[in-house]
Amino acid sequence: MFLDYLVLGAGATGLNLGDVVATLVIFLGLMMLLKKFAWGPLMGIMQEREELVATGIDAAEKAKKETQALLEQQKSLLKEARTEAQSIIEGAKKQGEATREEIVTTARAEANRLKEAAVRDIEAEKEKAIAAVREEVVSLSVLAASKVLGKEISEEDNSALIKETIAKAGEAK
Amino acid sequence: MNHTAPEAHLDLGFMTLTFNLSTVMMLLISATIVFLIAFISTRKLALKPTGMQNVMEWIMDFVKGIIKSNMDWKTGGRFHILGITLIMFIAVSNLIGLPFGAISYGTDLWWKSPTADPVVTMTLAVMILVLTQYYGVKMQGTGGYAKTFFQPMSFMFPLKVIEEFANTLTLGLRLYGNIYAGEILIGLITSLAVSGTVYGFVGAIVPMMAWQGFSIFIGFIQAFIFTMLTMVYMAHKVSTDH
Repeated sequence: MFLDYLVLGAGATGLNLGDVVATLVIFLGLMMLLKKFAWGPLMGIMQEREELVATGIDAAEKAKKETQALLEQQKSLLKEARTEAQSIIEGAKKQGEATREEIVTTARAEANRLKEAAVRDIEAEKEKAIAAVREEVVSLSVLAASKVLGKEISEEDNSALIKETIAKAGEAK
Repeated sequence: MNHTAPEAHLDLGFMTLTFNLSTVMMLLISATIVFLIAFISTRKLALKPTGMQNVMEWIMDFVKGIIKSNMDWKTGGRFHILGITLIMFIAVSNLIGLPFGAISYGTDLWWKSPTADPVVTMTLAVMILVLTQYYGVKMQGTGGYAKTFFQPMSFMFPLKVIEEFANTLTLGLRLYGNIYAGEILIGLITSLAVSGTVYGFVGAIVPMMAWQGFSIFIGFIQAFIFTMLTMVYMAHKVSTDH
């Protein structure tokens, strides 16, 4: 019959135990061989890649963290430097102020001292002048007296003489 | 068209092993092709994959995705190699019958998909059944394994036992049926093409192209389904959270 072979299991007479054995042996053998020659190495390389990627990610993360830390450090350093500069400027300003104050004070004191010295000098000169005038007066008086002793003089003469002497003294002065 | 199978008998004394030589040959050819594909594409392994290494890694990730959708990777990682071998072997086996579907020697049909033979698919299915039971005992202990038959209710026990056999039967026969039916139709279209008339040959071209294209699709889908169901059954046995 033309369609006989369409019947399920056509051509087979009973169970082919040999096929069962062959299938098992061939399949399991194929699995062993593939494990040794193909899947094993392939899985190894995939594992290796996985590890490589993992370490790469780890390294990137670490580098990022390090960069962050360095950035923080730089920032804090910059801030510190700025504060320090500020304090230095502040100090210089204060110092300048103090120096100015000191100079002014010194100048003022110096001026005072000079003024006082001048006043003292003037005073001394004045004293000296007065003393000189006095000395002159004395010498003139002596002169006048000697003149009186050298000449007969009357009362009137005497007085006139004194007056004259004084006038002379005044002129001489 | 009335094909017979080339059979050979091996007498072991206490029993006789019957081999369908066509099936054995096609199994060997499929296994060789799978091995060569995998072997050649993993010769120049690089951290930065190129060419066939990409394809292989895609297949590995694909199977990994199948396993991960059924159980956590810590449990399922050990089935990775089984899954990749299954999906590649079954896919190649399904497709290998397509190009020379009509080759026969005498009345014996030699070139066909090994998965168009129920003995092969049922062997694979029973192998999966045995593996699931083995890993069930190994990972949950005998007590935990036995308990899965009484969950969620103890009266479910007969159903659970039937489920094991039903799962295995459907797993094997689904693959067999799909591929066998595909090959039957290819055989029919071929017989139309060689029926002797020019009209028959011309008329067979378009259906043949359409059906071969569809068979390629079916071949990949069935390989995927077989692997997926293997992992589903495995997950039922080895995970406690089901």
